[in-house]
Amino acid sequence: MARSIPTRTRLGFTLVGWLVGLLIFFPILWTVLTSFKSEGTAIATPPQFLFFQWTAENYAEVNSRSDYFKHFMNSVVISVGSTLLGLLIAIPAAWAMAFAPTKRTKDVLLWMLSTKMLPAVGVLVPIYLLFRDTGLLDTRIGLTAVLTMSNLPIIVWMLYTYFREIPGDILEAARMDGASLAKEIVYVLTPMAVPGIASTLLLNIILAWNEAFWTLNLTAAKAAPLTAFIASYSSPEGLFWAKLSAASTLAIAPILVLGWFSQRQLVRGLTFGAVK
Amino acid sequence: MGEIRLEKVHKAFGTTVVIPEIDLEIADNEFVVFVGPSGCGKSTLLRLIAGLEDTTSGRILIDGEDMTARAPAKRGLSMVFQSYALYPHMSVYNNIAFPLKMAGADKSVIEEKVRNAARILNLTDYLDRRPGQLSGGQRQRVAIGRAIVREPKAFLFDEPLSNLDAALRGAMRLEISELHHQLHTTMIYVTHDQIEAMTMADKIVVLNAGRIEQVGSPLELYRSPRNLFVAGFIGSPRMNFVQGPEAEKLGAATIGVRPEHLELSTGDGYWKGKVGVAEHLGSDTFLHVDVDGLGQVTARADGEIGLRHGETVFLTPIRERVHRFDDKGEAFS
Amino acid sequence: MATLQTRASARLMMTPAVVLLLLWMAVPLAMTLYFSMLRYNLLMPGMEEWAGFLNYRFFLTDPAFFAGLLNTLLLVGGVLAISVGGGILMALLLDQPFFGQGLVRLMVIAPFFVMPTVSALVWKNMLMHPVNGLFAWLARTFGLQPVDWFGQAPLFSIVMIVSWQWLPFATLILLTALQSLDSEQKEAAEMDGAGALSRFIYIVLPHMARAITVVVLIETIFLLSVFAEILVTTNGGPGVQTTTVTYLVYVQALLQFDVGGASAGGIVAVVLANIVAIFLVRLIGKNLD
Ligand SMILES: Nc1ncnc2c1ncn2[C@@H]1O[C@H](COP(=O)(O)OP(=O)(O)OP(=O)(O)O)[C@@H](O)[C@H]1O
Ligand SMILES: [Mg+2]
Repeated sequence: MARSIPTRTRLGFTLVGWLVGLLIFFPILWTVLTSFKSEGTAIATPPQFLFFQWTAENYAEVNSRSDYFKHFMNSVVISVGSTLLGLLIAIPAAWAMAFAPTKRTKDVLLWMLSTKMLPAVGVLVPIYLLFRDTGLLDTRIGLTAVLTMSNLPIIVWMLYTYFREIPGDILEAARMDGASLAKEIVYVLTPMAVPGIASTLLLNIILAWNEAFWTLNLTAAKAAPLTAFIASYSSPEGLFWAKLSAASTLAIAPILVLGWFSQRQLVRGLTFGAVK
Repeated sequence: MGEIRLEKVHKAFGTTVVIPEIDLEIADNEFVVFVGPSGCGKSTLLRLIAGLEDTTSGRILIDGEDMTARAPAKRGLSMVFQSYALYPHMSVYNNIAFPLKMAGADKSVIEEKVRNAARILNLTDYLDRRPGQLSGGQRQRVAIGRAIVREPKAFLFDEPLSNLDAALRGAMRLEISELHHQLHTTMIYVTHDQIEAMTMADKIVVLNAGRIEQVGSPLELYRSPRNLFVAGFIGSPRMNFVQGPEAEKLGAATIGVRPEHLELSTGDGYWKGKVGVAEHLGSDTFLHVDVDGLGQVTARADGEIGLRHGETVFLTPIRERVHRFDDKGEAFS
Repeated sequence: MATLQTRASARLMMTPAVVLLLLWMAVPLAMTLYFSMLRYNLLMPGMEEWAGFLNYRFFLTDPAFFAGLLNTLLLVGGVLAISVGGGILMALLLDQPFFGQGLVRLMVIAPFFVMPTVSALVWKNMLMHPVNGLFAWLARTFGLQPVDWFGQAPLFSIVMIVSWQWLPFATLILLTALQSLDSEQKEAAEMDGAGALSRFIYIVLPHMARAITVVVLIETIFLLSVFAEILVTTNGGPGVQTTTVTYLVYVQALLQFDVGGASAGGIVAVVLANIVAIFLVRLIGKNLD
């Protein structure tokens, strides 16, 4: 068993740990605090930390601007949509690679991984032109499709590493019991892999929510998710700190909570199973 | 019904040949045990019969019907896996009911069959539990229950007891034998446990490197092994093999004597040696004796024999129990 | 371990994923390659003509490219140094037992979940603003001259913002690696008389080496494509001081409408990324068996 740690050492680490933690967390904390200030208090010197007139007016205003909710919904639709679509394509593929591997499986997996490493600018021009010519620019469908493809390798990989931990015997038993392939996947594999599938889902929603290359380049007013919408604060509007903070807080809060829940799986997902 | 015939079955994974060629007949209602050393292809053979692997060539017939290309579920066989392969997310009831559901059986039929199987296997009290909440023996029974409800033509068992402790293994052995008597269904049982093979089988198939060395009832194999491999594999402790002049005296390249067929004496006898390690099991004692000119020979003695390390003993083989083998390792008499 | 039938279904089930990814990768890439050989500007439609390697010559000899390459290297290198170095320290710290450890851990990884545009704006406007920013106030409080971050050290400012986002990633992964270290190994070393520092150098660091490599490679892949942070804060400026290769391609494509030049730049970016990717794929591939 671990030895007991002297209380003084523990207190020392507690102090340093909290100090560093708060320092790193500060910009987020500051944003949240600022979102509850009036515009005047927000830029006051010296800065007001806790003892100011708390107000929710910024949230009310951000929400009353009809477009905020629209962009929020764009983010939801695009990130959830691309993730679900990705899962639909990836689950069968990961099943095949985990339970009926061939000599080429490894190569296919690595090839998929390598597509993720293709820098987006390498294909920006043709994708942009194709989208322009097919009317997909600034549409949710177009962006959903792009994000599905760009995250598909990660989804396949994560599922693959989870599926590999499920004993093949059980699937064979289902086969002996008369389950067709579809039933085998629906009734046996999927329920057993629920934790893995859930964390894959979570991580990919996070990645898609925060994606800021394609969303910025392929959308304008109509289909822009929050990443692109917030970017529009970069010009003069950015000086309205309180409103910027309120919009930002709303944009990051849901994903931050999801992220906190999935921190363990995140490691596996983002390192393609190389670190567990 | 459940008569299974393998005709010239051959299996290779890529270029590795696992089963060169096997012909085998299994009669209806027979309890057949496949034994053989690890990696000899027992599981592969079983999975070929189950349809979980394709034969590279050859045919598999069940009740006279060619099943070689048939999907596993369509062969009318049930399999019990070494790992039990229970569905962890389903209750015991649903585990047992699963094959029936897949076959689209009526709710009431399912209910009746599951309850019936549970009764036979003493699982009635556990139907609502998940596999994770059961002991090893109970899980094993659930796996068997799942196999039973399909009323298969034959059961396939792949080392079903190897994950259990010794006591439980003994009990389950009896239960499976009992089940065989109740159900009157063909059973094919893979094991590398001697005792399971000897006690349960109507017929033992000894495999070695994907080849059948011998097929026969347990006693046949014990009494007249066809070659050195079977002689050495069946029987515990192993048969003693002696080569050289002692064998030549009997006109053989090798002779074999089982430990229980050596008479022991402290006075005089055929071979003289010194006791090495003596293993006292209570009912028996196994003496490892260094015989002059022959090397180590194992002999079975009475459980309460008082011999100790370094003492001199004499061993005399019972003449009619000595097996003779030619220079190719084949037995002759 | 499967029958022909399952293998056939397996192929079938892999088809959508493989075909889609192939289309997603091969078709646009081939188009980029093709465009890169054309003189092709969206403002002059119908004037496309074969240009051979001219675009590459222009792109590679463009002083902006050289600046972009240097900025890219500085950005990637700077963020890597800060996030990996800081990540090791943070991981060691978070591995110590203290009160509220779980909570601190949550705070530390939080920046990773903040969308790039938000973090860039918050840093730029609320923290690093030369007049009203918190840093400026801090400087004045201590009697110092406030720094005009984006005016005087634009690239460094971006490095700081991006590091803040990636430090949590490095910390999280290195901490996971650290916690998978068998404590008996450390105890054995302690029994052998190794002090804390030698335990770190001879036991802990080698154990983390793999994870560090993974962090470096993955961060490099992502950092090569840093975009939003630049777009939102500096637009690549002042001048080309914060223009990276990625940003340069964006400027040529969507601001100057020079399809040919942007495509050539895109191909150059792909080649650069591939050099890193080869190492990463090797490393992960080894881990597969
Ligand atoms: N999918 C496969 N690909 C290649 N070789 C295989 C495959 N499955 C089994 N083998 C090989 O076939 C041989 C027989 O394997 P099998 O599992 O049938 O042995 P076994 O008799 O059941 O052994 P054990 O008693 O250890 O379970 C082994 O040498 C094994 O390496
Ligand atoms: Mg086996």
